[in-house]
Amino acid sequence: MSEASHALNDPWSTLARQRAAMSFGVWLFLASEVLFFGGALLGYTIYRDLYPDAFRLAARETDIVYGTLNTAILLTSSLTMFVAERSAHEGFRRTSLWCLAATLALGSAFLVVKGFEYYDDIAKGLFPGPAFPLQPAQTQIFWAFYWVMTGVHAIHLILGLGILAAMTVLLYRRALPPQSPSFQGLALYWHFVDSVWVVLLPLLYLIGRA
Amino acid sequence: MNLSDFTAEASSHAAAVDRLFYVLVGLSIFISLAVFALVLLFSLRYRRGSRAKRGPMPKFIQREVEIGWTCATFVLFLFIFWWAAASQLSALTPPKNALEISVVAKQWMWKVEQPNGVREINEIHVPADKPVRLSMISQDVIHSLFLPALRIKQDVLPQRYTYLWFTARKTGTFHLTCAEFCGTEHSRMAGRIVVLPPADYARWIEAQPEKLGLAREGEALYRSLGCSGCHATASTVHAPDLNGVFGRSVHLADGRTVTADEAYLRDSILLPGRDIVAGYEPVMPSYRGIVSEEQMIRLLAYLKSSSIKQGAEP
Amino acid sequence: MTDILLDSLPPAKPANYLEEGHTLASWLTTTDHKRIGILYALSITAFFFIGGIAIGIVRLELITPHGALLSDDQYNRLFTLHGIVMVWFFLVPSIPTTFGNFLLPLMIGAREVAFPRLNLFSWYLFVAGAVFTVYSVIAGGVDTGWTFYTPFSTLFSNSHVIAAAAGVFVAGFSSIATGVNFITTTHMLRAPGMTWFRLPLMVWALYTTSIVMVLATPVLAMSLLLIMAERFLGVPIFNPNNGGDPLLFQHLFWFYSHPAVYIMVLPAMGVVSEIFTCFARRRVFGYSAMVYALLGIGVVGFLVWGHHMFVAGQSPYANLVFSFLSFMVAVPSAIKVFNWTATLYRGQISFEAPMLYAMSFLGLFTIGGLTGLFLASVPIDIHVTDTYFVVAHFHFIMVGGTVSAYFAGLHFWWPKITGRMYHESWARFSAVTTFVGFMVTFMPQFIMGYAGMPRRYHVYPEVFQIYHVISSAGALILSVAYLFPLFYLPWSLRHGDRVGKNPWGATGLEWTTPSPPPKDNFPRIPRVDVEPYAYHPVGQSADTEGREPHRPQREDA
Repeated sequence: MSEASHALNDPWSTLARQRAAMSFGVWLFLASEVLFFGGALLGYTIYRDLYPDAFRLAARETDIVYGTLNTAILLTSSLTMFVAERSAHEGFRRTSLWCLAATLALGSAFLVVKGFEYYDDIAKGLFPGPAFPLQPAQTQIFWAFYWVMTGVHAIHLILGLGILAAMTVLLYRRALPPQSPSFQGLALYWHFVDSVWVVLLPLLYLIGRA
Repeated sequence: MNLSDFTAEASSHAAAVDRLFYVLVGLSIFISLAVFALVLLFSLRYRRGSRAKRGPMPKFIQREVEIGWTCATFVLFLFIFWWAAASQLSALTPPKNALEISVVAKQWMWKVEQPNGVREINEIHVPADKPVRLSMISQDVIHSLFLPALRIKQDVLPQRYTYLWFTARKTGTFHLTCAEFCGTEHSRMAGRIVVLPPADYARWIEAQPEKLGLAREGEALYRSLGCSGCHATASTVHAPDLNGVFGRSVHLADGRTVTADEAYLRDSILLPGRDIVAGYEPVMPSYRGIVSEEQMIRLLAYLKSSSIKQGAEP
Repeated sequence: MTDILLDSLPPAKPANYLEEGHTLASWLTTTDHKRIGILYALSITAFFFIGGIAIGIVRLELITPHGALLSDDQYNRLFTLHGIVMVWFFLVPSIPTTFGNFLLPLMIGAREVAFPRLNLFSWYLFVAGAVFTVYSVIAGGVDTGWTFYTPFSTLFSNSHVIAAAAGVFVAGFSSIATGVNFITTTHMLRAPGMTWFRLPLMVWALYTTSIVMVLATPVLAMSLLLIMAERFLGVPIFNPNNGGDPLLFQHLFWFYSHPAVYIMVLPAMGVVSEIFTCFARRRVFGYSAMVYALLGIGVVGFLVWGHHMFVAGQSPYANLVFSFLSFMVAVPSAIKVFNWTATLYRGQISFEAPMLYAMSFLGLFTIGGLTGLFLASVPIDIHVTDTYFVVAHFHFIMVGGTVSAYFAGLHFWWPKITGRMYHESWARFSAVTTFVGFMVTFMPQFIMGYAGMPRRYHVYPEVFQIYHVISSAGALILSVAYLFPLFYLPWSLRHGDRVGKNPWGATGLEWTTPSPPPKDNFPRIPRVDVEPYAYHPVGQSADTEGREPHRPQREDA
């Protein structure tokens, strides 16, 4: 129990209250993130409505294999993160460490696959510019949104991995007790990043492939 | 230049705007003075230590007053909205048989084309008492054509036509300027609108160096750019017939039906792959970078005229 | 005059939050919301003067119609600097991060905000954003206007757009962090007995502002990210040559920037409510209506952004919808003006500097708000948009309104924050000079705006010169009014009278703890058992002449 009380921070008087506050605060932050991605999604939606044929043509050039592989990786990482958070909450430090490490590995794997995918995309010339291979010109708009949205998603993932790595190390060194509400906050954020990917997948990979 | 170049009421719309404006000014002065007066009155009467009566508050004050002034404010604002909207609605429909003048904005000047091809720079000559419609486009960034004496303004966008219409009732020379920040010399992008009595306007047009007229120049471009090569009925290439195309309904390959307006025709020339007509192959080359805005105005003028003959020689 | 009580403070442990460590490190690593409030206050003061100097040069240049000191490009960069710095590095943070940070926990009876380390991080985000922006200025500036319209900003401007946009982008996350912190704090750290409808209006104002910050700022972030991507990576998003629509940027930008003006004014309204009640010794007229008005402004404020785009190429039907909603959002603001006025009825009013500044707010906000009706009317707006009429309108609200309220709050809470009283006569002089200077600067701008003087103009037609000269003279008066507190407020830190817990005899919880407060705010968490502004019994008016409130909010004060 002293480990649990170690998790308690000012200004909270009980761990339960602190946990509730962490959850509330992270949900508020996620609300702002929804609006952040929402701005880009709005732009994407408007242009897709204006140029449906160009978008379908452009989307066919995304690599569905990479996309599917990354989806599987990320969804699995949400599973491992879920288990990590639940076991931390119950005080199971070891289980939590293993699952956090697994999440870290899967998240990194996502980035590696993404790296290969970006390399292939660039090799095919699919970066908007004078050498862009597709016609008409509006296909470049699709690809502009592809790079921006997957890029911003990847940055969110990298930041999440950074925090995840730091928390894993602190947990390992017993500098952070497993009952700390921070794990709940991290898990919420991770699931959000996963949800964003689940939205991006059909918009970027699945249109035009019916 | 004097202030009347800006403040003259050069159209009936301008007069209507001024009426609404001055009523709102009166209302604002009244409300501001009322608030100021009450604050002053209370400050003096109820200053600390004054002998004004305080004691128990009147019973009816809180709720009824609150509801009262909320409703009054709501109704007042609703009324102002209605008045403003009503005067705007009448300005919504473009006038029939308007004189069509084209404006191309660029950093940092206005290029104006009268219908018969007369060109002006930073000046627009218009006849009084006749509806005029300005069809405007930018070559680069967003500008905004502002005619203070007519109390109108409209942003001028790249790659998209925007419109401004008016009927000038006063003759004279009035100010014209750019009202959307467009770069270094934004504040130097000014000019004049010259409203002439209709007879004088006609004489002025006649006095300009001889021009064929925009549609005739457009016809010449239609041939020299190779349009007639495919779109003439005698052509071996299967291309849509453009005789009388302006304003017609067009069935597209993806099932939609659109109206062939200026935006559609412009896109068809610059982005031909965008909206393919049903029953045709997407073989038309794009004229982006080949046709300038001024040439586009002439081509559109030609397409709008009904003088495209069947089987005209290329 | 005020009745100053002298407390004798026990010397053993640090007496107050200022005594907890004197090193720079103790300030830069603090998680004390009070110290963070002061860190922010110093930062935004610096930016206020940077933005002020920029516009001082502009107003100097505008004395002559043909430009004498600056080139076109230099002028354009200066007015852009003024806008960016004043909006994002002064006005948006001003009241929330200074008084909000300092007072929110005190007003609700808490020891800290919900996330103290996040609070410090948000200040560092602000500083990081400021660094990018200052870099963009030093490197030569940006000339797009604070509105960054495309395609000028993405394809044509030869200035440091990316650095400036990056600065604002990062500072935006500071806003979001502060908002998350304040909302959670208000929900979860209220003292026992402090129910929602016992909260001071300042807390409601900060709460509403925080919701708007959390929901609106990310859209700005995305719109800036997209123009940075277009400019840096060359990806076409708003490029009309590729089928992109420059108007999409305007929609995204104004979807944030209209609620942003409510971020700027709602906290000011909160400050004014605190001051009017205290200096009139009266309960606020219509507390519930005031709360619902704040919330109403916050919600409806999200629905009116299109009124910035009446001539942009938007559909006329959209124009009518946005016009209607813009009239509706004015109703709750009008309610507040009436309620503040009515709060004076049968009061015991005194005219110390905070009250003078607050009355200044009332007058200038009323005028500014009324001119909003002009702009909500489509035919009038079509004529006056992008002219000095609009410039005058928003300066009446943001400067006449928010800046006046900021100074009001600064003087009202100065004794609480520093433990010292400022020099009253000098402060009153500043307040009156501010009002006069403001009217002289901005009233002529309404006139020349309607007459057709466009904004963002370096050179202008000579017929407008007289208005510009008057306006510039007013700006000189204003600069004196703003500089004066920069002298007498620091002076008071050494020479001002020391004050006790409650020099104004106000009712809020922040006045039940020593001035300056101890690090943990309250020796014991208070228990609240009464509504706010209990300056007199319900149904009565203010008969008391003394400074003690009829009933402070805590039972054991």
